[in-house]
Amino acid sequence: MGWFKRLKDGIQTATRNKKEAPEGLWYKCKRCKETSTMKELKENFLKCPQCNYHVRIGSHDYFDLVFDGNYEELYPDLISRDILKFSDLKPYPVRLEEAKKKTGLNEALTVAKGKVNRRPLVICAMDFTFIGGSMGSVMGEKISLAIDHCLETKIPLMIISKTGGARMMEGAYSLMQMAKTSAKLTRLAKARIPFFSFLTDPTTGGVTASFAMLGDINFAEPEALIGFAGPRVIKETIKKDLPEGFQTSEFLLEHGFLDFIVDRKDLKERVSDMLTFFDN
Amino acid sequence: MVFLDFEKPLEKLYEQLEKIQQVDEEGIVDMSATIKELETKIRNTRKEIYNNLSGWQKVQLSRHPERPYTYYYIEQMCRKFVELHGDRFVADDKAIVGGLGNLDGQSVVILGHQKGVNTKMRQYRNFGMANPEGYRKALRLMKLAERFNYPVICLIDTPGAFPGLEAEERGQAEAIARNLFEMAQLKVPIVCVVIGEGASGGAIGIGLGDRVFMLENTWYSVISPESCSSILWHSWDYKEQAAEALKLTADDMFANGMIDEIIKEPLGGAHNAPEEMAKALKRHIKKTIAELQEMDVEERIEARINKYATMGVYDVIPQEAVQEKEGK
Ligand SMILES: [Zn+2]
Repeated sequence: MGWFKRLKDGIQTATRNKKEAPEGLWYKCKRCKETSTMKELKENFLKCPQCNYHVRIGSHDYFDLVFDGNYEELYPDLISRDILKFSDLKPYPVRLEEAKKKTGLNEALTVAKGKVNRRPLVICAMDFTFIGGSMGSVMGEKISLAIDHCLETKIPLMIISKTGGARMMEGAYSLMQMAKTSAKLTRLAKARIPFFSFLTDPTTGGVTASFAMLGDINFAEPEALIGFAGPRVIKETIKKDLPEGFQTSEFLLEHGFLDFIVDRKDLKERVSDMLTFFDN
Repeated sequence: MVFLDFEKPLEKLYEQLEKIQQVDEEGIVDMSATIKELETKIRNTRKEIYNNLSGWQKVQLSRHPERPYTYYYIEQMCRKFVELHGDRFVADDKAIVGGLGNLDGQSVVILGHQKGVNTKMRQYRNFGMANPEGYRKALRLMKLAERFNYPVICLIDTPGAFPGLEAEERGQAEAIARNLFEMAQLKVPIVCVVIGEGASGGAIGIGLGDRVFMLENTWYSVISPESCSSILWHSWDYKEQAAEALKLTADDMFANGMIDEIIKEPLGGAHNAPEEMAKALKRHIKKTIAELQEMDVEERIEARINKYATMGVYDVIPQEAVQEKEGK
């Protein structure tokens, strides 16, 4: 349950913090540094009321923004396994436990089925707070299962990306999720079931280089960082400063890789419009 | 000869051998017995070293400056080869090369990453790091293969897709994604072989196939050990640990079900007997293509997708635990 419903129900505090949206009374904008009340922020679709900065939010916040009220979570019980016994400065299981505690989520991707202005839609949405929204076996499998579900039910699919890319702690398994998800998407395309790829801040690495760029429609939130390589890596490679606005949504639109950019306040209507167009 | 750090014992033996051979050639003393002895010692030492290679040592081997690259294998395997250039949009990428080849009477499209053979060529080839044009050229060639019903062979050897300004402008991510999408549905057989480095998106961008092989001393991973060290250990000094942790060797990849076969390398690595290596590679590819051609097109595509669909390992929370958590 996200803030929309809570506001409606007059509930002031979250029972279980599955939201990435800030809690508390005040919100200080990361960009313009102005302070607003939480109420103002929430009434402004979780964008800064002063400068329209789109605050980084979580999967359930997006579900609340897009779905008509209720939605059903699918495959909530899939969790990562430390198959490689991976340990860097921290063992992978410890990282997973910490992420679960911090977010109240089981994984970096949540799948939900609901309705958008009464039309059904399956949404896979990422949580950046869960190990950087990274893609491991669970993300790949959940997307794969969601595709199967869409194939069976003929319901369109939308994936909301917010990720640093592949999850290193799963080694090549995470790399193979690029092939897995892309290959499965071809079945959706063959069955003529629309796939909307919605890219939000940030979307980089193996996710961008697979399903996120493969939407029948690719669209993004304003000013999101979108790219293959991260800006730091590029800067180190070319040993030059990066131009202003490089790898933003606007940059990608200009270079032909996005269909459009949508302000969060118009998101639901846009998605609804697309569902109407493709329901012919 | 270039010796890697873990080959130091070999280097010493070779130095000794050279000296003794000189004495022998002078013809005053017959050293043939000693030479034979040393040669045996070299063989045994090499065996010992090569039977116990660590992940990091295999990474080093995969980057050995004398290791054969794509052009070499094409030349050795194909009776005839016509290189085809350009993506038809922007440029001809020098880090991915390819064209029409003849594999003992069978026309094929063969392509792969190409690293440079010397300092000048390494720059020219951008160290095997392709721009989007490389992936788009590869796709163009694969589509050509599909049109004429020729099998596709992809040789993988890259430290990664190029992280540059123009690469981003021209859609590096889109180019790789598009290849994955199209390769999944390509109507002709696709055989991919990691012949050197298999780094991340840059590798898998030409790496989705019916069969994926790795040469024995190569690596395939989501990230290079160096970058992994830098990101997770916040230092460049943990590349050996990262190489172990990532389970990136051919043995690991095969054990984990992400590749279909390991192709043994000659003792001392592919560069030690490149012709022998090329012969072994050709044998595997020919056999595999013949098998794949037996399959029905749709059946082959479905099997290809299903193979990738099963990749990944995860757990399912027992239902009681879910209910408990939700306080039901
Ligand atoms: Zn602001």
